[in-house]
Amino acid sequence: MEKNVTLIALFAALIAALGLIPPVSLGFGVPITAQTLGVMLCGTVLGAKRGTLAVLLFLLLVAIGLPLLSGGRGGLGVFASPTVGFLIGWPIAAFVIGLIVEKWRGAPLLIVAGVASVLGGIIVMYVFGITGMSVMLDKTLLEAAKIALVYVPGDLLKAGIAAMLTSALATARPASVLSRVDAN
Amino acid sequence: MISLTSPVKTRAHDWPAGAKLAGLCAVTCGLFLIQNLVLHAAVFTGVLLLSALPGRAFFFASIRHLRLLAPFIIVIAIWHLWTYDGAMGATIILRMLSAVALANLVTMTTKLTDMIDVIHVLTRPLARFGLRANVLELAIAMVIRLTPVLVDKGTRLSEAWSARSHRHAGWRIILPFTIIALDDADQVAEALRARGGFDA
Repeated sequence: MEKNVTLIALFAALIAALGLIPPVSLGFGVPITAQTLGVMLCGTVLGAKRGTLAVLLFLLLVAIGLPLLSGGRGGLGVFASPTVGFLIGWPIAAFVIGLIVEKWRGAPLLIVAGVASVLGGIIVMYVFGITGMSVMLDKTLLEAAKIALVYVPGDLLKAGIAAMLTSALATARPASVLSRVDAN
Repeated sequence: MISLTSPVKTRAHDWPAGAKLAGLCAVTCGLFLIQNLVLHAAVFTGVLLLSALPGRAFFFASIRHLRLLAPFIIVIAIWHLWTYDGAMGATIILRMLSAVALANLVTMTTKLTDMIDVIHVLTRPLARFGLRANVLELAIAMVIRLTPVLVDKGTRLSEAWSARSHRHAGWRIILPFTIIALDDADQVAEALRARGGFDA
């Protein structure tokens, strides 16, 4: 119990800390932040349940007014902005990623974590993100998708990094990759 | 860590947080029902007036919080000028600005402790599913405490990197960073257990 709660709190703090890494620009002016990498890691390392809780805890702290999102953003305003869909998608993405890593044991962790990060961290996240943008900006889903798709290359890169990190973590601290450990 | 609550005291700081949040929900939903451009302009002017009431510092702080919308304002403006539908574009932009500005006003005038009290009330029904209030509270406190610790360790890692290489550390330090974080979690969990854990 103590270990679980500490890990959940720690990964919430990790998402916050990753938000302080200055955004990298991908050549064509689209900034990519490391924060969604934190969300992917929550799923791949902590597993579905704990990963979702860590992301929810992080969002709760953002909502009550802590400036933890990249660029020092936070408060209720971010939940009224066009990117709210992505924030709603975060915990669900972590859940899907965690579930895939927990259930799919037949392949090397690197591949499983990579596929999970792409499916959860990109496909699931964008379904929510694009829906949110379409509602907030009064655009059709297809039009909103055009605006959102500029972020895909950055997210693919993050999915790759998340996969490599997870498999390296499983080597360095096997007991800590809870998505692959059955202990509680 | 500094919360986004404004240091400028306003009368709204004393209003009950729950009422402010409920009001915010209602007004935000209302904003999506209005289709009239003039009405949206009026609402946004009203929001700006509200932000200006507590004085200069408060007003400029609330305007600064709106900067995150700049890319969307630009995209929507170009989009609707392209489609010759400026009125629609203006409506969307004004609605977005009002919604975010109002939400920021609630954040700026509500203390962190008041927000945590609201969370207490809102999460009470979740107790049935095993969510214990003291555990959630400790988890919130731990994130607030651990974030600066992690940031500090990350900074030291990247300093160690730049002492050895002229290249930028970037994502390469995320692995050792995560390992340090996991080891910290082990120690914190052990310390918690040594003090009797959550049942103490």
